[in-house]
Amino acid sequence: MTRSFVATGGPKKAAKTVAAKGKSARMYPADDVAVAKASRKGTRAATKVRATITPGTVVILLSGRFRGKRAVCLKILDSGLLLVSGPYKVNGIPLKRVNQAYVIATSTKVDVSSVKVPATVNDSYFAQSKSNGTKSEEKFFDNERKAAVVSDQRKADQKSVDAALLKIVAKEPMLKQYLNAKFSLTKNDRPHNMKF
Amino acid sequence: MVFTRFVEVGRVCMINYGKDKGKLATIVDIVDGNKCLIDGCNTGVTRQIITFRRIALTDLTCEIGRGARAATIKAAWKKGEVAEAWAKSSWAKKLAAKAARGNTSDFDRFKIMVARKQKSKIVAAKVKSM
Repeated sequence: MTRSFVATGGPKKAAKTVAAKGKSARMYPADDVAVAKASRKGTRAATKVRATITPGTVVILLSGRFRGKRAVCLKILDSGLLLVSGPYKVNGIPLKRVNQAYVIATSTKVDVSSVKVPATVNDSYFAQSKSNGTKSEEKFFDNERKAAVVSDQRKADQKSVDAALLKIVAKEPMLKQYLNAKFSLTKNDRPHNMKF
Repeated sequence: MVFTRFVEVGRVCMINYGKDKGKLATIVDIVDGNKCLIDGCNTGVTRQIITFRRIALTDLTCEIGRGARAATIKAAWKKGEVAEAWAKSSWAKKLAAKAARGNTSDFDRFKIMVARKQKSKIVAAKVKSM
């Protein structure tokens, strides 16, 4: 006589043994109790920034108004975006947020330990104010383009950060010209073979 | 046409293919018309039989007997100052220059570009004055 399989233990063990042996469980709970769904909150991990990008890395911007220009990465913000500055006097790039995906990290590093970025300069500082939703036709055809106004706060922060940064940039020969120069690919360049 | 580089015991050769590509080794024995035994004890190449297609002969030789073992080869390299003679050769210098160019960073490339522009400016001015 073949020995019949006996599932002992509670419902969890019964389910386990079913999965393991492919036989039906001998123990069923009387009522179907709904199992609470697992919470999906907090499943997103913090953005992992490439190891080659650290505060002080000279970075080549690949898209946007300043594509091709080189800027200094000052810090990595909480959202995972990089805080970058030209310095403004050197190449016109202000304090700006940039996504690491649109950036080539070069191996040139600058010592930014003496550059104090104000604590107020964070993701909410750069967050765009939500438009009021009045996208009427008149506004669309309104030919008067209002010039973008840079707030005094931004100018002040830029000045304070760049004051220290420019001193550091001036120390390294040719770095200032390098930051103002634009990167581009020429005929015999093979970017996958180039060391940045 | 006179040949100067011969396949012979003691000939230093450059490996062109495989995991030891770019390294020097010495021909220790000749197997047949296609293969030889090489040993690169000075350059980290294991003693092996390799086909002539995979090596390129250099101008350098070292004095060893047929089938010499690693210690003898090492001593012969030292005596013949093979490593120094190789480094002085234009072949080695060209390889080194190519490797250096491949290792330039973006900043280095910028500095090189500026230097070339300055040089050509000086040359152009000189040519104009002539």
